[in-house]
Order: sequence, then C-alpha cells, then structure tokens
Amino acid sequence: MTAPAAAPAGPRQLRITDTTLRDGSHAMAHQFTEEQVRATVHALDAANVEVIEVTHGDGLGGSSFNYGFSRVDEIKLIAAGVEEATQARIAVLLVPGIGTKDDLRNAREAGASVARIATHCTEADVSIQHFGLARDLGMETVGFLMMAHKTSPAEMARQARIMVDAGAECVYCVDSAGALVLADAQERVQAMVAEVGHQAEIGFHGHQNLSLGVANSVLAFQHGARQVDGALCALGAGAGNSPTEVLAATFDHLGIVTGVDVGGVLAAAEEVVRPFLPRWPKMDRSAIVQGWAGVYSSFLLHAERAAERYGVPAHEILQRAGELGYVGGQEDMIIDIAVGLAQERDLAATGAR
Amino acid sequence: MKTLAAIVGPGNIGTDLLAKLRRSEHVEVGYMVGVVESEGLDRARQLGLAASAEGVDWLLRQDPLPELVFEATSAYAHRANAPRYAEAGLTAIDLTPAALGPLVCPPVNLHAHIGAANVNLISCGAQATVPIVHAVSSVVPVPYAEIVASVASVSAGPGTRANIDEFTHTTSRAIEVVGGAVRGKAIIVLNPVEPPMIMRDTVFCAIPADADTDAITASIERLVAEVQRYVPGYTLRAAPQFDEARDAWQGNGRVAVFLEVRGAGDYLPEYAGNLDIMTSAAAQVGEVIAQRKTAEVPA
Repeated sequence: MTAPAAAPAGPRQLRITDTTLRDGSHAMAHQFTEEQVRATVHALDAANVEVIEVTHGDGLGGSSFNYGFSRVDEIKLIAAGVEEATQARIAVLLVPGIGTKDDLRNAREAGASVARIATHCTEADVSIQHFGLARDLGMETVGFLMMAHKTSPAEMARQARIMVDAGAECVYCVDSAGALVLADAQERVQAMVAEVGHQAEIGFHGHQNLSLGVANSVLAFQHGARQVDGALCALGAGAGNSPTEVLAATFDHLGIVTGVDVGGVLAAAEEVVRPFLPRWPKMDRSAIVQGWAGVYSSFLLHAERAAERYGVPAHEILQRAGELGYVGGQEDMIIDIAVGLAQERDLAATGAR
Repeated sequence: MKTLAAIVGPGNIGTDLLAKLRRSEHVEVGYMVGVVESEGLDRARQLGLAASAEGVDWLLRQDPLPELVFEATSAYAHRANAPRYAEAGLTAIDLTPAALGPLVCPPVNLHAHIGAANVNLISCGAQATVPIVHAVSSVVPVPYAEIVASVASVSAGPGTRANIDEFTHTTSRAIEVVGGAVRGKAIIVLNPVEPPMIMRDTVFCAIPADADTDAITASIERLVAEVQRYVPGYTLRAAPQFDEARDAWQGNGRVAVFLEVRGAGDYLPEYAGNLDIMTSAAAQVGEVIAQRKTAEVPA
C-alpha cells in the first residue's frame, strides 16, 4: 500500500517504536510463536517502523512462574526478528531485578541493538550498571520509568537525570497503569525535557485503560517528546497500548513526520496481528479499574486467572492491588490478594449463618 | 564464659546486630569497628564497647582478640579483610554478598559448616526463602524453584542498588546449592509505597504431579517454625497453595508459599524484615558457633 499523496514529507520529527512483540506478550500470555513474530516484524519493517521490541512481556528473563513461561525462548524470537528485519532494529526490554546483564549479553548476541532498561519511576538507580553494559555492547540505550502516575513531574525529572547520567540516550515516561490523564502526561514530559532535553530525547509510552494513550502521546509530542510507543491492534497489557496504527494515522493527520507508512501499519494490524489476537484488548471493567485505581496493566490476565481459581471478582483483586500500592513485578501478590478475598468471603458467609 | 566477638561495620546493620547480640547467652560483643568516625561507633561506645575508626588494623592489635568477627561492611571490604581474619584465627560470619565461605541458612545447613573459618549469609531473599525450598525438596524432587522478594525501597541500601544482579545470582545459586532445587531463579522488586511495605517473599516450587501435598505442607510448617525461633516475625500469609500439573510446567504441579517477614524493630524499623532476617540469621549463627566453642573447652 502506498502512502496518501498528502503524506507529510521532510526529516522525521517523531519516532514510533512498536512493542506489539513485547508488551503484546502480556495479552498473548507469553505464547507468541516464531511464525507470528516473523510475520509481525516483516510487516512492521515493510511499513518503515524503525524500532521493533521483541521480549517476554516482563522483559528479558521474565519467563517464570510469576509472570508466565514463554512458549518459545525469547532469545530465539529475538534472533528471528533480527533475521526478518531489513531496515528496522530490534529492541529488548530489561527490568533490573528480573533480568540480568547476562540476559542482555545473550540478547545482544542474538542481534538486538536497542536496550530499553525499565525501573519503577522512583528506582532509576538500580539501572546504572545495565546502562553501562548496554553502552559497552554498542547498543542504543533507552530508559523506561514505569508507573509514572505514582510520582511527581519533578521526581520524574530527577529520575530521568539518573538514567541519562548512567548512559541513557532517551528516557520514557511510561504510563504502565494507563492512569495519566492529559495534563498529567504533559507535565511529566515537560519536566523531563526541561531537565535532560539538551542531552537526551524524551519518550512516552501510553496505555488505553482510560482511553487516553493516543491523546497523551500527542500532548507528549507537543511538549517535547520525540519517541512514542505503540502496539498493533493495541495488543498489550490492560486495555492495551496506544495502537501503532492509530498513532501513525493521527500524527500523519497532524502533519508530523514519523516516517511510518500509515497504510502499511494498518495492513499489519488488520492482516497480520488481528488473525492471531486471542481477544481484542478492550476497556472492560477490570481494565478501567486499572486506569482508575492506578494498577500495573500487566496484572490484568493474572487477576482474571486468580479470579477464576479462587472464585473472587477480578476487578476487586485489581482494586485492592491499587490500594496496597503494588508495583510492576509483584504479580505474586495477586494470588495473595485473591486468597485473602476468598478468606474474607468465607468468613462473611460463616458469620451470616 | 561467653565467646568474645567483634562487629566490623557500624552502620544500620551492624547496630541492629549489636542490639540482638546483647541478648545472647553465648556471645559477648567487645568491639565495634569502622573506618570513619560515625554515630554507630558513638552508640557502641555508649554501650561500653571498645570502638575505633581505625579499621581492621586496630581490631587485630587488640588483646584479647575476638574469636568471632561479624562482617557488616561490603563484599569489597570483606574480600580484603577475610584473609587477615583467617590469618589471625578469627571465625568470620559474613553478612555481605562476598560469598567467600560456604553459603549458610541456619535451619538448613548450619550444622554442616559449624567448623568453617568463614560462613556467608547469602542474601535477605535467600534467608527468607531457602528454608521453604529445602522443606519442599526434602519431601519431593524439585526440578525448579523460583522466589520473588519484595522489599521497601527505603530498606534497599546503595550497595544493593548498585549491584542488583548480585542479589539475583547469589540467591538463585543458594536456591539450588542450599535449597536443593535442580534449577533456581530469583526476582527482587523494590516498592516505594508509603508507609513502607513489610518484606514479602513468595516461593514457587515445581513438584511432581502426584506429590503428597499434605506431607509438603507439614514440612513447610516445620521449617517456618524453625525460622520463627530466631525471626519471630516470619509468618505464612496463607496455607501453601497447590496447583494441578500443567503441560506448560513440563507436566509438573506447583506449590506457592506466601511469606511475610516483619522485623523485630531492634534498631531497624519493623518493615525492614529483609535486613532483620540477615542480622537475626547472623546472631543465630554466632550463637550456635559460640555454644559449640564453649562446649569444646575442657571443664
């Protein structure tokens, strides 16, 4: 498919990174096949998407009881993505505390060339050694400050500073819970640009739990962000990510050059990803509760499974996870909450007798 | 007579350890050692200890020399100090991640290393979870065990933060070598919520499809009671949770154990169960070694 004649021309103003094959891993319960990865990378590459992230949803080393075992070893999927890409580069996510430097070395050997190092938004200092290694390995470096709604714009700026000093070439404001509402996203991006904008780019990663992923991404760009994340068909945690194809179409409409072929990503979403979607990520009760209560989006499927196992409502589990302030990585606490809710229910039933 | 001991490292850990050892029947802490003047050294002096900012050089000039030395500094410092302790005949109980001596978790394998010149206490996550892995692997083969340690951000010091991979590596090794799992994996999460969260640990073990779940539960409860003898705030949040075998788990079933570690609040705050379980394990190791030394002295 060719771009419309009116497509904006000129140097790229915004880079869209596609994370269908990483954040989408959550929605796929980490069951991506090599064929799905190859087909998706092929279509994104053809649509001129420059960076494609391929990793277990919880980052390198995420395959586990706690987060779900990968159907196919992520290193094999990364290598397949690298093989399939002609112009695009393959990115990997690493969450210190889950993955290690050894995992990053293995990913590099498989051909990954962009290292995205993720921490909770107040814990950037655990990523310093990983940025150091990524630079030593000759990788492009991106910092990922997750659950950005949990701290202030000023603190986001301080944490971005730690990552840039450690070697990050870009730092993202990551709305893991899909809980940032317009000005919340804008203020965080502004503060980060003011602190490190002269040395590094700022990025924005949105989720659709409150339907604002794309709107927040536009505001982020207008206030200085130069990278945004999307996923085809919104395939990602919670109600999904800002859809790559909607980002491409929206920025094109605004006359902002992303270099991405809108028709190409529309085709990739419709013809490649849609056929293998287990379900289209949507704003159902549980996902909205995640945005509303500020809960890590990846908790969704875990909460649904625990709800079924213990006979308690998923949205109540998620609501409580928000009240208790659990952060990314604490998926084990979902079972703990479900067991507690089941106990409370049984006690209440006994009391009523 | 009590066994004379020194604590090297007068920070939060060293100070909390001192508070615990002051209740000991068998260990007498005589010395507190730092490398710069600090509040920790002042606190030790106020309690009547000989304390110095002149480091291990000073300690090794003392008469009498201690028999036990607790290292509460850093892996880097311990690597430098350990040969000097060994040369002077001091038994080292190492709270750093240096792991020069055998990895020790008191209720699991202290008896096997009681005569070692240097024992290592692995990590907070290992002290909390290895007893559970051992409890399960004593009943059934455990092809894979995985632990998740969640700690309050404010309780994770600069050393842990600067080298978080070290936690992952040493803890997963201990799950295998000490806990008895064929393969181990460790995950650590720092949570900044206010008020600070009490340390939480979750242990997942792969178990055979036909495992005797009652026997596993009984074994876990036995080990929890053993740890409670020296960490009273170590508790099961719920009964062990068993899941049926699945293809995705290579045909294994799973037991999940949810733990809370509330500290004793001696010097460190109660939420810092991750630090308390280290100082408690160190005090316990010191106690048992001292008891053995006392028993060895001819009457």
